[in-house]
Amino acid sequence: MTNKPAIELKNITKRFGTKVIANKNVCLTANHGEILSILGENGSGKTTLMNMISGIYFPDEGQIFVNGEEVIITSPKDAFFYKIGMIHQHFKLVDVFTAAENIVLGIDDGKYNLKESTKQIKEISEQYGFELDPEKKIYTMSVSEKQTVEIIKVLYRGADILILDEPTAVLTPQETEKLFAILRRMRDAGKCIIIITHKLHEVMSLSDRVSVLRKGEYVGTVETKNTTESELTEMMVGKKISLNIERSDVKDSEDRLVVKDLNCFNREGTQVLHNISFTVKSGEILGIAGIAGSGQRELLESIAGLQHLAGGEILYYNPKTGSVDNLRDKTPVQIRDLGVRLSFVPEDRLGMGLVGNMDIVDNMMLRSYRKGHSMFLKRKGPKDLATRIINDLEVVTPGTNTPVRRLSGGNVQKVLVGREIAASPTVLMVAYPVRGLDINSSYLIYNLLNEQKEKGVAIIFVGEDLDVLIELCDRIMVIGSGRVTGTVDARTVTKDEIGLLMTKTIG
Amino acid sequence: MADKTMVKHHHEPLFHVAKRDDMIWWKAWLIRCAAILLSVFVMSLVSMALTEKTLFETLEIMYRGVFGRIEEGSTVMLWKYLQQIAILLCLALALTPAFKMKFWNCGAEGQALIGGLGAMVVMIELGPKLPYGVLMVVIVVVSILAGAIWGLIPAVFKAFFNTNETLFTLMMNYIATQIIAYYVYIKGGGSNVIQPVEFGNFPKIGDNKYLINILIVAILTVVMYLYLRYSKQGYEISVVGESQNTARYIGINVKKVIIRTMCISGALCGVAGLLLVSGTDHTIRTDTVGGQGFTAIMMSWLGQFNPFIMVIMTALIIFLKLGAGKVADTCRLNASFADIFIGVVILCVVGCEFFIRYTIKFRHRKKEGNV
Repeated sequence: MTNKPAIELKNITKRFGTKVIANKNVCLTANHGEILSILGENGSGKTTLMNMISGIYFPDEGQIFVNGEEVIITSPKDAFFYKIGMIHQHFKLVDVFTAAENIVLGIDDGKYNLKESTKQIKEISEQYGFELDPEKKIYTMSVSEKQTVEIIKVLYRGADILILDEPTAVLTPQETEKLFAILRRMRDAGKCIIIITHKLHEVMSLSDRVSVLRKGEYVGTVETKNTTESELTEMMVGKKISLNIERSDVKDSEDRLVVKDLNCFNREGTQVLHNISFTVKSGEILGIAGIAGSGQRELLESIAGLQHLAGGEILYYNPKTGSVDNLRDKTPVQIRDLGVRLSFVPEDRLGMGLVGNMDIVDNMMLRSYRKGHSMFLKRKGPKDLATRIINDLEVVTPGTNTPVRRLSGGNVQKVLVGREIAASPTVLMVAYPVRGLDINSSYLIYNLLNEQKEKGVAIIFVGEDLDVLIELCDRIMVIGSGRVTGTVDARTVTKDEIGLLMTKTIG
Repeated sequence: MADKTMVKHHHEPLFHVAKRDDMIWWKAWLIRCAAILLSVFVMSLVSMALTEKTLFETLEIMYRGVFGRIEEGSTVMLWKYLQQIAILLCLALALTPAFKMKFWNCGAEGQALIGGLGAMVVMIELGPKLPYGVLMVVIVVVSILAGAIWGLIPAVFKAFFNTNETLFTLMMNYIATQIIAYYVYIKGGGSNVIQPVEFGNFPKIGDNKYLINILIVAILTVVMYLYLRYSKQGYEISVVGESQNTARYIGINVKKVIIRTMCISGALCGVAGLLLVSGTDHTIRTDTVGGQGFTAIMMSWLGQFNPFIMVIMTALIIFLKLGAGKVADTCRLNASFADIFIGVVILCVVGCEFFIRYTIKFRHRKKEGNV
């Protein structure tokens, strides 16, 4: 096959403000008939770079060439003109329209013939092996079906260069395999596929070449068949690191939290949790796996006293007094007053766990400001705690008085986890604690969790990366559509087994 | 599928806007001061064009209009100036806790009117019957309570039914105005004016009628600063304002905070009404507050919710209002001149925030392509 360059970037630079350089002198080339992975940690500028190709941002410096000709792309419409299509992480579809209606939406060529379009959509589907019913409405679709619609949408517009931004983040292992098969077929048909990712094993199994970015700078491009995961990690992080999580055995374990028949409805009146029962023991990490939005958030919030329950019990076995308390229908303050040391690192760090506009000291105070009878705040203790966390967890910040929203994702998470652990919890719940974090910060968080585990803390870990769940946890509970579909031993289970449980339907 | 007839413009846009958040504080203030100077300069030019007076003559008229003949020992104008600052500042202070909570209380006007009405009713009904000391206590309590209740009503609806507080508080203003109009109609006899009541007036300090108002507001300013910055309740207000989810997560009772804060906000508006009725006018009209409840919204914002900056901002705005009024008077311009003047200043001050928060990048590459 003749691999002609489809798109070339030369010396692209993009700045946000004066200090943040999202991309600096990036040069890369993607050919027709190949799959190119753009690999880099979060914040390394992958998405910014692709947004410049698809017309969302405009580069401050540098040139873009499509099929050898220099082009200026100032809007997504320009990008389509050059047959570039981007599939974003967050889908942009109209819920009440059908797949076909969404696909033709916004095409302004004077002819609107849904029948004709539906026929074309079916042809495209057959050609590449998509499974899609063009008549199906978006709101009845699963996440992977919606993604299919997005991909067909750009193909229908004649895109030759497809950019996919972290397409597998929302998919189960089986769905990921299906997507990859389709992408390979598109490559064989001569299309240029660029996939943004930070998952190494996907890079290895899918792409022909890999371009690596680090902190906005272009590190290099390698042929996938000539490289290894550890070499790519080194390129990504800039130094060698070991990718092993040390898992200790569970010892002196006793029941800490017993959840029985939990039922919960959301605000719209839909049941989001169905008869959930499980036990967390001291000194173990219980992983919770499931497709995003299967009830993980509601489950943790129920335990933390933030959801109104329709039924069930949450029993806490107090290690100090030996008493058993039911936490159901108690507010967070009441739970604390019972002497339950429950820490919670929620999924939405800046919208729930922290206050973005407040500085680190004031965020430390969130948990403890009520202490004492004085009408006024005491900032001394929180300030000491802030300083300690900054030193212990190596938080990169100009000072304790910096608003946390100015910190990078990893440092925000260190502040939050640091505060929650500082309360010396007996139960620690963490939701997606490493989402958006670089590799070093991720491993720091894993180590912190392991430390807590060895101190006898009962840990609930909601995660999305199955590899990490299998390596870190002792047991994994899988939930699907708000039901427990299985609980497995993390030391013996395989990824495929978990994947099957994730999509299993009960009742 | 792309539109083949589309004309391609092969050049970079002339400029694009980028966000910044790294400006040093003194630079930001320099820009703000420059904006104020710019607006004064622009308006001076306008008044020069209209009145054939020079810039300095205009400024002098403004100065005289505000401070009068201060160097000759006449302080009447100065005290009036300070009194006006005090009232506007009091209203701005009242709104600030609500605004920090992102509760857009647009009802300062009504809350102050109702507070003033509370004072008025006690002055008329109980004035002749109670000893002065007891009377004053009753007046203060009633007017504060009245304001607090007027603030409480929209807060309860917001907390329990999530009604839109902006519309709600705005509508409450009209109700307050109508109640006052009715009360004046009853008590004023045929004339529709209530004659100044001599009972329940604030005591004069020395010979000065306004000093006590000014002292009260000065104390409130400090108290409000401490409350917002150092008290637990002030902290809760900030958390609820920034993120109700976070507030719930750490166990703050959001409904309680909303209701409590609006009571404080309404109560302070009630104090402003008290200062106007019992402390200054000794009577009440539908325009006793005179739109300052709305100006106060802007003062609170311009002061960035910091009571001390609000002092400066209110002093500036009242200066412009009185000064421009005097210019309009002297040069026989329409009374709207003052409004236009203040409008221009606020436009500049608010507009300059754009340059503090964003930078503009101009095209740096030479034009190319086929157009």
